[in-house]
Amino acid sequence: MAHPSTAVFERHLLIYRSLWRTTAFSFFLVPILYLVSIGMGVGEYVGRVGGFSYLDWIAPGLLATLAFQIGVSSSTYAVFVDFAWVGGLYVMRNTRVRINDMLAGWFLFVLVVLGLAVSVFLAVTAAIGAVHSIWTLLAPLVCALLAIACTALVAAFSATIRSDSYFPLLFRFAVVPTTLFSGVYFPVAAMPEYVQPLAYALPLWHGVELVRATMLGTTPAWPVAAHLGVLAAYLVVGYVLARQAFRKRLVD
Amino acid sequence: MVTMAIAHRLSARRAAAVLERNGKATRVGPSYWLLLVSGILEPLLYLLSIGVGVGQLIGGAVQYGDLAISYQSFVAPAMLAFCAFSGAFGESIFGFFSKLKFAGVVENQFAAGVRATEIVAGELVAATLRGAVYSLLFLGVTVAFGLVTLGAAVPTLAATVLIGAAFSALGLAISATLRGWQDFELVTTGQLALFLFSGTFAPIATYPPALQVIIEATPLYHAVELVRALSLGAAGQGTLVHAAYLAVMIPVCGYLAVRQVDRALRR
Repeated sequence: MAHPSTAVFERHLLIYRSLWRTTAFSFFLVPILYLVSIGMGVGEYVGRVGGFSYLDWIAPGLLATLAFQIGVSSSTYAVFVDFAWVGGLYVMRNTRVRINDMLAGWFLFVLVVLGLAVSVFLAVTAAIGAVHSIWTLLAPLVCALLAIACTALVAAFSATIRSDSYFPLLFRFAVVPTTLFSGVYFPVAAMPEYVQPLAYALPLWHGVELVRATMLGTTPAWPVAAHLGVLAAYLVVGYVLARQAFRKRLVD
Repeated sequence: MVTMAIAHRLSARRAAAVLERNGKATRVGPSYWLLLVSGILEPLLYLLSIGVGVGQLIGGAVQYGDLAISYQSFVAPAMLAFCAFSGAFGESIFGFFSKLKFAGVVENQFAAGVRATEIVAGELVAATLRGAVYSLLFLGVTVAFGLVTLGAAVPTLAATVLIGAAFSALGLAISATLRGWQDFELVTTGQLALFLFSGTFAPIATYPPALQVIIEATPLYHAVELVRALSLGAAGQGTLVHAAYLAVMIPVCGYLAVRQVDRALRR
C-alpha cells in the first residue's frame, strides 16, 4: 500500500478533478487581469520604477501575491469542510494516516495547484517580456515556500473555527490588507515610517522582495538569507500550529 | 413599470413586507453589521494603497478633462462607485440566491401569496438601501479626506443611489439564473474584471481600442464616470448619458428579474 501521505495526496487530487473549475478563474486568470489593468493602465501614469517599466516591476509582486493567495485560500473552506461537514479527516484518523500525513499530503497537493498557476503566470510574463533574469527559475521555489507557510497557518485557523462566516472576515481584515501593503504595487518605503515594520512582519513582503530579485535580477531589500529565514520561520510556526489544531479537533 | 405593476397587481404592502423581513434578518447576531461595515474597508484600502501609495510614484497631478487633479482624487470617486456597486450587487446576487435556493425564504413568500413582482420590488429596495449605506459611509470618508467637497457630496450621493438601484436590479436578474455555487466563481471574476477595467485606476483611453469599446458597454464604467464627474464638479452632457444608461437598467433588469423569479418558483 502507498505511503499514507501519498494516499492523502491522491485523495485531494481526485477531489480536485471535479472541483478545479471553482478556482480556475481566480488562480489562472485573475493575476493576468491585475497585470493588465494596473500594470498597463496605471503604468502609463507611473513611468519607470527602479529602472524598470511599472508593469515589469509589479509582475513579480503579483506572482508572489498569487502564491500567497493560493496558500491562503486553499486551506480555508477545503480544510473547514473536511472537519465540519464532510468529516474526511475524522475518517482518516481511524486509518494508518497520522496528522503529519494529513498535512504532508495536503501541502503536496497545494504545491501541485501552485505549480500549475505559477507556470501559467510565468509563461505570460515571459511572453510579454517582463522576465529579465535567468534567476527567475528560482522564483517558483520562493513561491512554494511562501505558499506552504501561509497554507499551514490558515489550516490551523480553519481547524480551529466553528463557523465558516469567519472566512470573509479573514479575507477583509488580513488577506486584502496584506496584498495591498506588502510592496506589490508601491515600495513599502513610501509608507509612513510607523507602519513600515508591520509590512516587514508580513510573509508576503519577503516573498515579493525575493521574487522581484529573481525576476528582475536585482538585489532584495534585506540579505537573501534573512528573507528566507523569515519565511522559513513562518513555515515552522504554521506547521506546529496546524498540527496542534488538527490534534485538538480530531479528539473531540 | 407602471403597466407591469398593474398587470401583476403589485401590492406595495406585500412588497414592503419583503423589505421588512430583510430588515429583521439583519438583527440576527452582530456579524451581519460587522460584515456590512467592513464592506467599505476593501475600497478604502485600495484608495490608500493604489490611490495614495502608487500616487506617490506618479508624483504630480493627472489630467481629467480640463482639470489637473491628484491621483487619489481620480481614484476616490471610482472607489465610491464601487461601494455603491458592491453593496447593492453583493446583496442582490448572493443574498437573494441563498434566499431563493437554500433558505426557502422566497418560496415561502410565494406560497403566502406574495407575487414575484412584489418580491423583486422588496428585494430591490433592500439591496439599494444596503448600497446606499456603503456609499454614505464611504462618501463620509472621502469628504473627511477632502477628496470631495460638501457641496458636491449631495448630487454624488444621489448618483450612488441610482447606481445601487441599477445594480440591485441586475443582480436580482442574474441571481435567479445561477445554477449553484459553482457559478459564483464566474460572478466574482466578472465583478473583479469590472472593478479593474471600468476606468477605475486609469482612464480607459490607456487600453487598446477594442477593449475600450467593450468597457464602454459595461455598466460599472458608466457608474464610475458618473460619480467622478459629479464629485469633481465636472458634469457635462456626457454625464447625462451615464445616468440614462443606469436609469434604463432598473426597469429592464427589474422586468427580467421578475420573469426569472416567477419561472424559478413555478418550476
